[in-house]
Amino acid sequence: MRKGRALSLTALPVSVALAVAGCGGGGDSGSGSGANNETHEVSVHGTEPENPLVPGNTTETGGSKIIDMLFTGLTEYDPVTNETKMANAERVDITPDGKKMTVVLKKGWKFHDNTDVKADNYVNAWNYTANSKNGQQGSSFFDAIAGYDDVHTSDPDEDGPQKAPEPKSDKMSGLKKVDDYQFTVDFTESHGVFKLKIGYGVYSPLPDSFFKDPKAFEEKPIGNGPFKFTSRVPGREVKVERFEEYQGAKPKIKKAKFDFGKDLEAGYAAVRSNELDFIDTVAPSKLVNNLYKTELKDRNGNQDNLAIQIIVFPLYDKKFSNADFRKSISMAINRQEITEKVFAGTRKPVKGYGIPGLPGWSDGGCGEFCEYNPQKAKELFEKSGYQGAIEITSNADGGHREWATAACGQIRNALGRECNFVPVQTFGEMRQKTNAHSHTAIYRGGWQADYPYVENFLNPLYKTGGSSNDGAYSNRAVDTKLAEGDVAYARSQQEADKLYHEAEGMIANDMPAIPLWNTSVQYGWSNKLKNVRMTPQRELDLLTVEVA
Amino acid sequence: MGRYVIRRLLQLIPVFLGTTFLIYVLVWAVPGDPFAGMCGERPCEPGFIAKMNEKFHLDDNIFSQYFQYLGNLVQGDFGETYNGNSVGELIALRYPVSVQLAALAVVIEAIIGVIAGVLTGLRGKGFLDNLVLVSTLFLISLPVFVTGFALQILLGFELEWVDPVVSSDPTLGELLLPAFVLGSLSLAYVARLTRTSLMENKRSDYVRTAVAKGLKPSRVVGVHLMRNSMIPVITFLGTDLGSLMGGAIVTEGIFGIQGIGKMTYDAILQKENITVTGVVVLLVIVFLIVNLLIDLLYAVLDPRIRYE
Repeated sequence: MRKGRALSLTALPVSVALAVAGCGGGGDSGSGSGANNETHEVSVHGTEPENPLVPGNTTETGGSKIIDMLFTGLTEYDPVTNETKMANAERVDITPDGKKMTVVLKKGWKFHDNTDVKADNYVNAWNYTANSKNGQQGSSFFDAIAGYDDVHTSDPDEDGPQKAPEPKSDKMSGLKKVDDYQFTVDFTESHGVFKLKIGYGVYSPLPDSFFKDPKAFEEKPIGNGPFKFTSRVPGREVKVERFEEYQGAKPKIKKAKFDFGKDLEAGYAAVRSNELDFIDTVAPSKLVNNLYKTELKDRNGNQDNLAIQIIVFPLYDKKFSNADFRKSISMAINRQEITEKVFAGTRKPVKGYGIPGLPGWSDGGCGEFCEYNPQKAKELFEKSGYQGAIEITSNADGGHREWATAACGQIRNALGRECNFVPVQTFGEMRQKTNAHSHTAIYRGGWQADYPYVENFLNPLYKTGGSSNDGAYSNRAVDTKLAEGDVAYARSQQEADKLYHEAEGMIANDMPAIPLWNTSVQYGWSNKLKNVRMTPQRELDLLTVEVA
Repeated sequence: MGRYVIRRLLQLIPVFLGTTFLIYVLVWAVPGDPFAGMCGERPCEPGFIAKMNEKFHLDDNIFSQYFQYLGNLVQGDFGETYNGNSVGELIALRYPVSVQLAALAVVIEAIIGVIAGVLTGLRGKGFLDNLVLVSTLFLISLPVFVTGFALQILLGFELEWVDPVVSSDPTLGELLLPAFVLGSLSLAYVARLTRTSLMENKRSDYVRTAVAKGLKPSRVVGVHLMRNSMIPVITFLGTDLGSLMGGAIVTEGIFGIQGIGKMTYDAILQKENITVTGVVVLLVIVFLIVNLLIDLLYAVLDPRIRYE
């Protein structure tokens, strides 16, 4: 899929544990399986990475899939519980005020070129990625670190003739190396959740050779992860092989290949005929009547994504300034019915701004405003005095037409006002309108979390000036509450959970965006694999998979 | 003759310049910022966009972009895709596959189409004639994706005679089924074209003369009738080669073939002028050369045509 982190298609929600239990096809096939792990190259369906394979510049799914195998950061997320576990780090400590983080690295970890992974590799990589001169996509992930403004400048007039000023420094003052295996990070404000963030790929270390010759690195990336890069054919495939000196949990299979040459239909056909081993998204045509369940009998699974589907109000347009109107739309949508009818029960409706499965999150933060209530909706709608037809717009290339049309139908029935779905050709075009604040209709939005915590579903989207606050929502009280949560997190997660839950209620009262449901995805595999499971990041768990 | 060929080859230059420029401008006019959709549900880093725009000269005006591109192109440099792959390398990987697929399709449609056309054209009305007419009508009315999926399910999944999806570096044998699917529509046209053309020429003066001279029927048909009747068919087959190469998007998708069709389609959506223009430039050259060959073939087939 060439939609980057866009939410995709549809899928069935089954608890991860169930999906894992259901795998394995025919179970252990006896003594031969160990040998097959060494010989069979596991082929995984993927998409051509949109950027060179540098972790700090990779935030889309096609590239992330490979980066996550080539690199291991300080921490990683448990594929089943979403909890953070130590990986390359021995320990990560954050002071109770959330202002300073100390990282101690494990000794003996090596890059694929046999050099040691040291504190410098993290400090230099982070400084490089944050530096606006290097034009890395992931640079804003470092904005909480003290001194970020010195390395990151922005263009004063966006598209205009002026260029962004030269950064003052190429080092963030908040990043300090203590010794070869220890470094500290100072934050400008309390930022306890940073401990959760660092499992994401952009925080990966880079080997010394990267800084000497980035171009050579792009040709042949060198990481510190469970797999090392072996070869690449542009537009066709990337091959990786088990890194024998890896100090973490080592994969059972020796070789894997990411295959970019097939679209979803052809990829599915190839998995069905066992020519390809794994596909992370079943083609939409095979979801009809659950066709894939018979065609890929005993070799299909379902996985909830770390993503939420929402409808966003462009608050910069005066038309949508009335909160009663926004609430009336939310209450006119019957989430339960759409998830059952359109998604065949594969998605879970939400009554809050997070999704089920997030550690510490509980549903219901949105209260009655996310409950289907056509009478109340109609009352609020009439009170708001909204004029004209209602329009919902979305890109047509991501399988959103069906549910958006259904939602429009419900709105029409509940409010007695015309409602139309207006498609935009591509995701890129949609995104451009969103960035330029030029939407004139309610539009589909989505959010794929960077790390599994409710904070990541709130701060970027609803805080004033948040990185993905596309509707230009701003409420000081909400900002304060979110900030309280951020500060509390370093002391106690329970306390933070409670504050974020309260913030959800305050946001719902303004209803800048309507939460709808989580997203999930179906996947399938060939008869050559066993112990198959997919992570919430929508990647085949290559560490546990085996060849039958 | 030699002069004619040189003149035709010289004509390639303005056509080449015109088409490349048109295509470059058309892709450029596709709405949307190529980098806006690259960072998911958040705006891209301004630094990232600035760097990409600078690298690909997207801030320059369209003419200067085009001439920079052209300058590199004549030195054999096709440029780079947005994710850092060499377009030349991509073309080198994918063109041979597309050429094989399209050539195979043309061979299949030529053999089956011409045989069916000759058999019906010579015999005239009867069971065989009706059979060919009905079956070609059937093929013409079926969209390629129906033929493709139907044959993939039948031969690939039900009978398991072939792999439903070809490997990433396919052999000719693997391409046989996709080529048949790709050529099926044209196959029907070729059969009908041959049939009509033969029927028309069967009653012409020179055929009557040849028969009256007492020539053997095989010679009348093989040398006199066929040669003249093949002109429209050859024209059709020649231009078809080019359109099958670029127009195989659906077939490529169904069978997972890594040809130029899908590559062009994706590049258009991504606004990668460089890739689209590179691929299309080569297609234009294929079209022009095949057309030239066809024109030269006319002279061989029909003695009345002379090039001075």
